[in-house]
Amino acid sequence: MSSIAEFFQHLVNGLTLGGIYALIALGYTMVYGILKFINFAHGDILMVGAYTGMFIFNFLRGNSAMGPWWFIAFLIAMLASMLICAGLGMTIEKLAYKPLRKATRLAPLLSAIGVSFMLSNGAAWAWGTQSRKLDYPFDNTPLNIFGISIAPHQILILVVATIMMVALTLFVSKSRMGKAMRATSLDQSTAKLMGINSDQIISLTFGIGSALAACGGMLIALDIKVYATMGTMVGLKAFVAAVVGGIGNIGGAMLGGLLLGLLETFGIALLGIPTSYKDAIAFAVLIIVLLVKPEGIMGKAEKEKV
Amino acid sequence: MSELLKIDNISVSYGNISALKGVSMSVQEGEIVSLIGANGAGKSTLLKSIVGLEPLKEGSISFRGEVLGQAKGGHYKGVPTNLLVRKGVALVPEGRRVFADLTIEENLDMGAFMVREDSVVQQRKEEMYEFFPILGNRRKQKSRSLSGGEQQMLAVARALMSNPTLLLLDEPGLGLAPLIVQDIFNKLAIINRENKVTIFIVEQNARLALKSSDMGYVMENGRIVLADKAKALLKNAQVRAAYLGE
Repeated sequence: MSSIAEFFQHLVNGLTLGGIYALIALGYTMVYGILKFINFAHGDILMVGAYTGMFIFNFLRGNSAMGPWWFIAFLIAMLASMLICAGLGMTIEKLAYKPLRKATRLAPLLSAIGVSFMLSNGAAWAWGTQSRKLDYPFDNTPLNIFGISIAPHQILILVVATIMMVALTLFVSKSRMGKAMRATSLDQSTAKLMGINSDQIISLTFGIGSALAACGGMLIALDIKVYATMGTMVGLKAFVAAVVGGIGNIGGAMLGGLLLGLLETFGIALLGIPTSYKDAIAFAVLIIVLLVKPEGIMGKAEKEKV
Repeated sequence: MSELLKIDNISVSYGNISALKGVSMSVQEGEIVSLIGANGAGKSTLLKSIVGLEPLKEGSISFRGEVLGQAKGGHYKGVPTNLLVRKGVALVPEGRRVFADLTIEENLDMGAFMVREDSVVQQRKEEMYEFFPILGNRRKQKSRSLSGGEQQMLAVARALMSNPTLLLLDEPGLGLAPLIVQDIFNKLAIINRENKVTIFIVEQNARLALKSSDMGYVMENGRIVLADKAKALLKNAQVRAAYLGE
C-alpha cells in the first residue's frame, strides 16, 4: 500500500468516525446554545436510539434472507428510532429539566446526570447486560477503490451524516423555525417580544438533537456493539467535540466532531499512539484547546455581564 | 379618541426593593406619549411590566379594554410575553437588542414572526428598506456590523414588522449622537402620523421626547409626579429645572 493510499485510507476512517461524533455533538451544542446547559443524558439517548433501531430493524427483516429489503428495513428503522428518540428527548425535557428552569444552574445538570443513570440502568434492566450486534443491512465486504479499502457501511455512515448535517444547516439558516431557534439562542427575552414561544423552541431543540443522537447511535452500532452504557464514552467524546468546536455553535460542533475523528484515526496511525490509549486523544485535544482558545475553534468569547 | 393603554395603580418590586409604587397612567389612541425621568426612576420597569417581562405585585394593565396583566394580593396573572405582539403591542427594548448574529433581513423576519403570509412579510420588509434606506443597502449583513444608530433603526423597523397598534420604546436615544437621536424621533413622528401607530416612549432626553409628544409623564422614584400635555411640561418650572437643565 502506497503512503498516499494509506493517507486516504485513514482519512476515510477518520471522517466516518468524525461524522458520527459530529451528529451527536450537535445535540449538545444546540441545547447549550439555548439553555446554557449540558444535557448529560444525551449519550444515553443515542444508546436508546441504537437499541430501538436494532429492534425495529430485526422485526422488519424477520426471517427474510439478506437482500434489498434489509437495506430498506434499516432505513425505516433509523427513521423510526429518530422519531421515537425525538419524543423521548422532548419528554425528558418536560419532566426533568423544564421544572428546574428557574433553579440554580447546577440543578438541571444534576437532573441530567440522574436521567442518564436511569436510562442506562433502565436499558440494562429491560434488555440485559449482554452486548448485541447490529447486523449490517448489506454484504459488508470491503470495496477496493483506488487502492483504498472502504467498507460499504462506512459509505452509509458518510452519506447519512452528510445528509443530516446539510439538512440541519438548511433548516437553521433558512426556515422560519430555524431562524427563531437562532434568535432564541441569542436573546431569549427579545425573541419572546417577537412572538416566539421559547418553550416550543426548547422542545424542538431537544427533539432535533435527540433525533440526531439516535441516528448517530444507529450508525456507530455498525462499528461497535450495542449495550446499555455504549453511549457514555461516545457521548463524552461528542461533548468534547462540541466544546472543541465552540459550544453553542452548530458549525463548530460539526467541525469539532470531524476533527476529533480525524485526530483519533491519524493519532493512532501516524503518531503510533497505542490503540488502548485512543480515548485519551480526545481529552488531550480538549485540554489543549481549553488552554489555547477556551471558547473553542469557532466559538466567540462571551462577555461576562455585570 | 379612546384609551388604548391603561395602567392602573401598579406596583412592582425586585425582592425587597420596590421599583414602581402605585403608578397610574394612560395612553390615548393616536398619540405620542413620553415618560421622562432620571436613571433608576423605574421607567424601564414600567415598560417591562406592560409586556409581561416583569410581574406586577399590585394593580392592573389593560390594552383596548382587555387585561394584559393584573395582580391581587401579590398573585400575578398575565398574558405571556410572546402573545402580546399578536394583540398589537411591540416593544423596542432598551439597548436595542438586535439579534447580532442574524442578518438585517433575518432580524426583520423575526419581527414578523407571527405573520404567516410570506408575501405580506416581503412587502413590509420592502417598506422598511424604503423608510430606513441604510437597512435596505445592507440587508444581507450581520446586524452586529451596524453602528449604534443603525441598530436602533433596525430595532424600530423590527418592531414595526408586526404592524403594531402600540409601539413602546425604551430609551431609543441611549448612547447615540444628538443628530441621530433627532433623526430617530423624526422617523417616529412620521410613523405616528402616517401609519397611525400610537407611540409610548420612555426617555432620558426630556427635551427631545417632550417636543415630539402630545402627552408627557414625569417619573421619580417609582412614582408619577407630573402628568400634563407635553407642551405644558416643557414650560413647567419644575421640569425645566430638573430635566431641561435651565
